[in-house]
Amino acid sequence: MKISVIITLKKDVLDPQGKVIHQALDGMGFNDVNEVRQGKYFEIDAKETDPKKAKDKVEEMCKKLLANLVIENYKIIDA
Amino acid sequence: MKSSVITFPGSNCDRDMDVALKKFGFKNKMVWHQDVELPKSDLVVLPGGFSYGDYLRCGSMASKSKIMQSVINFANSGGMVMGICNGFQILVEAGLVPGVLLRNKYLEFICKNVFVKINNKDNAYFKNINNNVLELHIAHNEGNYFCTSDQLKEIEDNAQVAINYCDQSGEIKDTFNPNGSVNNIAGIFNKEKNVLGMMPHPERMIDPYLSGEDGSLFLKNLINNLK
Repeated sequence: MKISVIITLKKDVLDPQGKVIHQALDGMGFNDVNEVRQGKYFEIDAKETDPKKAKDKVEEMCKKLLANLVIENYKIIDA
Repeated sequence: MKSSVITFPGSNCDRDMDVALKKFGFKNKMVWHQDVELPKSDLVVLPGGFSYGDYLRCGSMASKSKIMQSVINFANSGGMVMGICNGFQILVEAGLVPGVLLRNKYLEFICKNVFVKINNKDNAYFKNINNNVLELHIAHNEGNYFCTSDQLKEIEDNAQVAINYCDQSGEIKDTFNPNGSVNNIAGIFNKEKNVLGMMPHPERMIDPYLSGEDGSLFLKNLINNLK
């Protein structure tokens, strides 16, 4: 079963890369952007076929490795 | 005094640390990250480098490697564990010291000498050291120390800040903050002060002909404190 995870930086955490991307977009003429925040995206093909169990496992993965909860939030999405 | 330096795939300051520790009298052993047991040690060092290519987040994979469970147990039983640079990143990812290290504020890899002020000498790392300011070397891309305001309050209440970036005279100002770290923090302790994580490399400042000797001061003092 395929599960996707999106990791984003928490609101208060500075994202210098996002800022630079925003500036670059601005320089290219995309002047209607308020803010850019960069994150991470994972596609996980789990052996588990039960959707609930698979999601629980992925949630554990997020907490233990994929995200650092001091600075990041995670969101699990069905692929 | 016995020490152990852990080598992870991608560590590159492990041998420098080995040379430095031996120079000041430690009997040092190199320990591979896939080993399960730590040799008997008075000090364990997580060295600098780019463990696991800095994939995912710096230090995140290394913090889950086999040897780390033994390092965590050793630290929790009061053992001295010091993480330098990437080693500091591994310590935060392992949860042995609070906070995280983000990408440097201005997105540049910083490689230069800095001054740091010792904030707390009531611990085995800095006790009896004469200097208040040390000149050490930093070389990192992710050294921007960050923690939540609640964590910061807790860290400060427990006197867990070890060193702050400053100028030669010891003045701590934003101007002397190379990477955007909260309150110029360059190194912190765990609550019990037996675990120290810091971005500067003392092992790079042990030769008067190549660099300075403030790393020598730190390491000489450390081994004397452990005796």
